[in-house]
Amino acid sequence: MDITTKTRLEKRAREMRRHILRMIAAAGSGHPGGSLSAADIMATLYFHVMRVDPQRPNWPLRDRFVLSKGHAAPVLYAALAECGFFPVEELTSLREFGSYLQGHPDYKQTAGVDASTGSLGQGLSIAVGMALAARLDAKDYRVFALLGDGELQEGQIWEAAMSAAHYRLGHLVALVDCNGLQIDGEVERVMSIAPLKEKWQAFGWYCLEVDGHAVDQIAHAIDEASTVRPTVILARTIKGRGVPFMEGRAEWHGKAPSSDQLQDALAALNKEDEDV
Amino acid sequence: MSDKVATRAAYGKTLVALGREDERIVVLDADLSGSTTTAEFAREFPQRFFNMGIAEANMMGVAAGLAASGKIPFASTFAIFATGRAFEQVRQSIAYPAFPVKIAATHAGVSVGADGASHQSIEDVALMRVIPGMTVICPCDAVETAGAVIAAARHDGPVYLRLGRHPVPVVMPKNHVFTLGRAERLRQGSDVVLLASGLMVSVCLEAADLLAQQGMSAEVINVSTIKPLDKAAILDAAKRCRAVVTAEEHSVIGGLGSAVAALLAQKCPTPLEMVGIQDRFGQSGDVPPLLEEYGLTPGAVVAAAERVIQGRCMN
Ligand SMILES: Cc1ncc(C[n+]2csc(CCOP(=O)(O)OP(=O)(O)O)c2C)c(N)n1
Ligand SMILES: [Mg+2]
Repeated sequence: MDITTKTRLEKRAREMRRHILRMIAAAGSGHPGGSLSAADIMATLYFHVMRVDPQRPNWPLRDRFVLSKGHAAPVLYAALAECGFFPVEELTSLREFGSYLQGHPDYKQTAGVDASTGSLGQGLSIAVGMALAARLDAKDYRVFALLGDGELQEGQIWEAAMSAAHYRLGHLVALVDCNGLQIDGEVERVMSIAPLKEKWQAFGWYCLEVDGHAVDQIAHAIDEASTVRPTVILARTIKGRGVPFMEGRAEWHGKAPSSDQLQDALAALNKEDEDV
Repeated sequence: MSDKVATRAAYGKTLVALGREDERIVVLDADLSGSTTTAEFAREFPQRFFNMGIAEANMMGVAAGLAASGKIPFASTFAIFATGRAFEQVRQSIAYPAFPVKIAATHAGVSVGADGASHQSIEDVALMRVIPGMTVICPCDAVETAGAVIAAARHDGPVYLRLGRHPVPVVMPKNHVFTLGRAERLRQGSDVVLLASGLMVSVCLEAADLLAQQGMSAEVINVSTIKPLDKAAILDAAKRCRAVVTAEEHSVIGGLGSAVAALLAQKCPTPLEMVGIQDRFGQSGDVPPLLEEYGLTPGAVVAAAERVIQGRCMN
């Protein structure tokens, strides 16, 4: 990846982080930790990799995206708004009564949202169905799904993994936001999922590992994806990334910042901007 | 009215007290121990607490195995995941062998608030009520929850306890003794009987005040045990008042209203109105606008009471 693209994506990710913080603060509730950890992955997908057209949210040939960890809706909404699916100013209506920006993604209400999620463990199966339909209809779109590492504890994830490998879905890419935390604490302490790479490989997937905050590594891994079997990218991330007082802290999984905390958080991100 | 307390908070406290009394009590959770309040039990009895991770179906199966080995498991997560995700594990592994697993599920109904439809269970009572041998309890406040948790532990069989996230007024007297299967009359009346569960009990008490101002005498009965239903109490009230309104924070399909309708249709046909969620999903928002949107307010209960009283007069 050339340096201008890299700088552009990093800038976009910081802008998305600011949106995430502002909208969660405005809502007074929501999930900052897992939204911030996924910002670089989402910026890379929506501004470098995926074929989408905000003018045609239902375009049949668009690449599909399933946010299986649906509680990270703010990062998806930030990406979609930055793309132009809806106005950036609408973001602060997150979670309000009557808003089309529901607490968890709603396929019926929000332009650009390809799947209704929020109940963990279900998204990868939906992605498998979309990938099977692409083959059936001889369409060349790809399907991406973003999963949480805690979410991998759901048995359905492994049923979906089995079926994707069985049907040799070379146009399916799953990304796992490996931030090491879930609600009750560290994933390895709550319910161990290790060894992750070996598990996916044993299920027949092509598995890559990247730094989930390095946009060039993420993009490169997607380029490297297999075309004959499903690919999973284990993205090592920091929960709450970009906001020093949230980084690596489980308590910021599902809590809104106060207005003072919001100012501190935005200042930290602005400083990152200046340091570039 | 007195201070508001969420029924889930009373659950966590009572669980600790139970744990001190009875070594057989074990608790399982699925990565929501702070929200369900089982974390309090986990702190005091770490060896009798099992965090199963985000794997609700497995949690129910493991609870069944613990019960098969002499334990009294309480298994907690949000209501939609406990009853929806793990439905068939509850049916097959817990209820069919009649194991004493207590499924204590929090975050029931639209009063979950901003998380929205994916997290707002409006079907859980229907799902649990249809399982043979399952006891279903939806307490109205913190006092009743404490009693219901103890009664559930003592009951020899599977129990579904439906609890809420949102703080609700305490309406039962502090010294109230919970009796499984007994509907409690909270207010006597003669024109219409309001049969309610969960947070709709306090809403119905307010509605009864409003009706009284209009010269209508409403009886209010707290039907916290939805299964088995207190048939005698309900039939007695229906016969006296000759008009019935049910009120629940749940779909009108399959919940308290359906249970009452089936009973009345067979034993004592009586004009009936059901207040509840009308075959729709929930959505994000603060709790007051949500209760308004789904017709779960004193005003909605009053309107239903007026309709049913009028309907009776026309018959
Ligand atoms: C089936 C299901 N069970 C429980 C929850 C509640 N819940 C929401 S987020 C979460 C933790 C998710 O952890 P992880 O997948 O690691 O996400 P991240 O760290 O990226 O936020 C849980 C348990 C849910 N949404 N769905
Ligand atoms: Mg995580």
